[in-house]
Order: sequence, then C-alpha cells, then structure tokens
Amino acid sequence: MSQSLRLRAGIVSILLLLAFVGAWWGATLPTQVDLGDMDPEYAAMMGLDTVQESDIPTPGDIGSAIWTHLSDPFYVSGSNDMGIGIQLAHSLWRVLAGFALAALVAVPLGFLIGMSPLMHKALAPYIQILKPISPLAWMPLALYIIQDASISSIFVIFICSIWPMMVNTAYGVASVRDDWLAVAKTLEVGPIKKAFQVILPAAAPTILTGMRISMGIAWLVIVAAEMLVGGTGIGYFIWNEWNNLDLANVIFAILLIGVVGMILDMIFGLLGKAVSYKEV
Amino acid sequence: MTTPAFIQVDGLEKTFPAPMGQEPVTVFQNLDFEIEKGEFVCLIGHSGCGKSTILNILAGLDAATDGYVFMENRQVTGPGLDRGVVFQGHALMPWLTVRENVAFAVKSRFKHHSKDEVNAQVEKYVEMVGLSHAIDKKPHQLSGGMRQRVGIARAFAIEPKMLLMDEPFGALDALTRGVIQDELLAICQATEQTVFMITHDVDEAILLADKILLMTNGPFAEVAECAYNPLKKPRSRQEMHHDEHYYPFRNHLMDFLVNGPSTPYADKASDGTPAAMEEPPRSGPRRVVNA
Repeated sequence: MSQSLRLRAGIVSILLLLAFVGAWWGATLPTQVDLGDMDPEYAAMMGLDTVQESDIPTPGDIGSAIWTHLSDPFYVSGSNDMGIGIQLAHSLWRVLAGFALAALVAVPLGFLIGMSPLMHKALAPYIQILKPISPLAWMPLALYIIQDASISSIFVIFICSIWPMMVNTAYGVASVRDDWLAVAKTLEVGPIKKAFQVILPAAAPTILTGMRISMGIAWLVIVAAEMLVGGTGIGYFIWNEWNNLDLANVIFAILLIGVVGMILDMIFGLLGKAVSYKEV
Repeated sequence: MTTPAFIQVDGLEKTFPAPMGQEPVTVFQNLDFEIEKGEFVCLIGHSGCGKSTILNILAGLDAATDGYVFMENRQVTGPGLDRGVVFQGHALMPWLTVRENVAFAVKSRFKHHSKDEVNAQVEKYVEMVGLSHAIDKKPHQLSGGMRQRVGIARAFAIEPKMLLMDEPFGALDALTRGVIQDELLAICQATEQTVFMITHDVDEAILLADKILLMTNGPFAEVAECAYNPLKKPRSRQEMHHDEHYYPFRNHLMDFLVNGPSTPYADKASDGTPAAMEEPPRSGPRRVVNA
C-alpha cells in the first residue's frame, strides 16, 4: 500500500518537474522582434535582430552550467576562479567547525541549565536577549576583534547554532522522567554514570532535534556570511557570479545550496532516528 | 529487651508545605510498624492517604517530616542498593533492551563482576520471571505484564534485603495480574524475600501478605490496624477461597475500607469466630521518643 503511494507520489513529483521545466523553457524561448521598417543594416549595427535571445538563462543553459561545474569541481586557477567543489568545501568546513564548537559549548551548558533550576533562572535573561540577534549583526564586531574573514564566518556560525542546541538540550534534560532518575537513585548510580547512561540517552532525541535545527540555520547563515566577507565559499561564489552577470551560474549555485542543505538535514534526521526510542 | 525488628518505623509523619495562605497538609502521622525478616507486608488504604509517600520514604527517595525508619538498626536516610524498588509504572529505560535494563541494575550492585558474571546474573533473574525468550527485546515490544515482570526481575537481580513494591500490578488486566501474582508468590516463598507492598486489591493482599497494614483516609491518615493473615502458607489463588478464614478475613478488610476502623480482626477472632492468631499479639503503638 505504502509502496504504491510512494510510486504515485514519485510520478507526481516527476510530472511537476517536467511541467515546471516546460514552462521555464517556454518562457525563455527566443522572441521574434518586429523591427518595423528599420533598415536591417542599422538594426544589426544596434545589436538588434529579428530573433531576440532571452536574458533569463534557459533550462539548457543551466544544464550545461551544471555539466561544466560538476565535470571539473576541484580546479584552482587563481583566487577568483576555483572549482565549485573547492568553494563548497570551504563553506562546509566553516559550518562544521562553527557547529562543532557550538555543540561543545551548548550541550554541557544545556545540561547545566536543564539540571539546575538556579542556573536556568540565572541564565534565562542572557539567552532571551542573545537568541533573537541576527547572527550577521555580530559580523562587524567579529571582523574587528578576530581580524580574519574566515574565522569571523566560523564565529558567526558558532553564535547562530548555539541557541537551538542549548535550549533543546536544557529542555530534554529537564524533562527526563522522574521514574528513571528514581531508578538511578535507588541503584546508587554516581553522577557521571547518571549523566551519561540515564540523562544523555533520555534527552538524546531532543538534543538531536536541536542540532538539526541548528544545522539548518547554520547552512542558511553561511551563504549570507560569505557574501559579506568574500574570499571563498559558496556564498562568495554566488556574489561573484552576480557581479559577472552570469545568472546560469547563480541558479546552479542556488540549486546546489538546496541539495547540500537537504543532505545535511537528512544526516541529522538519521542520527536522530538512531538515538530515538519508543516511550512506553 | 527483645531484638529489634528488621524494619522499624517510628512516628513517621509527612506534612506538605502550605500553598499560599493555606494550612500545611499533614498527609499521615504517628505511623509505627515493624517488618520482620522474610515477612511479606501489604499496606492497604484509599488513594490520598500517602501510601506511595511511605514507600518512597522507606526507599529513601523522599524524606519524612518527622519520625524515623530503621533498617537493621541503622537509620534510613537515603536510597540504597539494600532496597530494591518495583515502580508503579515499571520505570524501564526504553532505549535499553530487557537484558540491558537488568544489567544496568546488576552492574550498579556488583561493581566488580566480570561481563560473564553480570550476564549470568541477568539471565538467571530474567528466566525467573519467565522472559528468557524476550531478553533482547526493547520495552515497547513487550506487553504491560511483561514490562512489569522485567521491573520485578530488575529489583530482584540486585538481591536486595528488602523489596519495595508500589502497586506493581495496578495497571494490569485481571488475568495477567493473577499470573504474575502467582509467580511473585512462588519467587518470594523460594527466596524468603522481605517485601513491603502497596496495594488496593484486598484479594491480592490476602494471597501475598503475611501481615496487612490498614490505613485510614488522609489527611492525618494513620495505621489503624495491623492484621496478621489467618490463612496459612502456602496459599494459592485457586484454593484460598475454600479456606475457612478467607471470608471472615476478607469481609473484615472490606468493612475497613468501606466503613473505616472497627474492632481489630485479632480481637474479633477470639470471640467465637475461628481463632486466627498464630503470632503473638502486637504491643500497642509506640510513640517516637524525641531525644
């Protein structure tokens, strides 16, 4: 039953894609221009023709852009001309570094907040104020203090991924069932063993959800951050191609960002599944 | 001076702090009772008389407002591995299999056991509750009765001096409850386990308990009577209602639950109805001596 549902959904997805590409192809067909009684020689001199190419890239243009980039993703020929694989690797490295640093801070701090009502109340105002700040607002300060564009981007990723992880960890830790803690108490389980063998597995699904949200936000923010600081990365690539007025490359990069974001989300989805449990 | 009982509860009282502008609530007070080694004691009473709180105090998970609990002459001040607890809602960790759940307890109790020793201990107690076939399943793959059995296996596996059970069969259907009661009875008789169990099922108490503590309603609940079970061991669910003591005793317990305290069963027994008392009459309730 679900097999046939998946099959039908797949067919509908493909039909939608075909319809979209068809409409796109139709909208970007070369147009006949009526030059009236203009002298054909004058028209040619003005760059006008009876057949006018579309300014928006056609599906074919995108297809060839995809082919060009993916056939040689790792070339380096100058600081402004690197393969898309290299750009992507720079972005992923920044996201993973910032995310990992955030996890190192957020998870232990979340544990502390979740276990201690005092720390929960004491830290709440800071979290409430810091959480809604757009991560890019930190950029000037980061650039001034750190004085390195790449590390500043990592800092921006760090500051934007820390909050969902911290809040979710605190929530997960605070809502560990009293039953399980009572079991640990009656078995005289020490605090370290309790943290790692009772609280951590109990809160793991909530923590992973927080990490998944954080990773989503980090991937959104890295593009903007790289547009701002420049140099390398997928965000810088888009901005560079915009300056080159190469819209086919811009559209290709947009697609790529979407696909990579989806893969990152899927990875965290699988990790979440691995630590989830059915409550009874 | 007689030798003190295995468990001695003296003047136990629990008062919950007042919600804004109201009087503090004393749930129970002046609780005195004893539990001998190897004895199966049931506590019966209506909801709200603090039964679970009493069990939690014995387990060391909750603190009394006043009074003391002594176990083998030592005061109980916190939870410990000498007492195994079977929780009302089984409290299994859902991310662990049956084996891992029981092993978690075994490893905590026997810290220097090798892997094989832990495994042997786990398998022994899982087999005791008849779940060897499900030992590598997760709790959500088990029925309610099986989960509660795992909870019992986990409590027994640490070989506690005292087993505390908080309405362990409350959430089970009658058929499953009967089966597990029989198992528990057999296990307790074989191991001479000391048990303190909370229940609101009169038949369960008559089947399992050597001594039944009857609690009045809260607030200010007290143990009104400590009734020794007149039915001789071994008892069985199938046979026990043929026992001549069964109906008088059951009626007495039901009357207590419905109408409140009356003449203790032991005194009733001495005026014509079949004599039931085997154990020496209990001395009057002792008050705690505040030193």
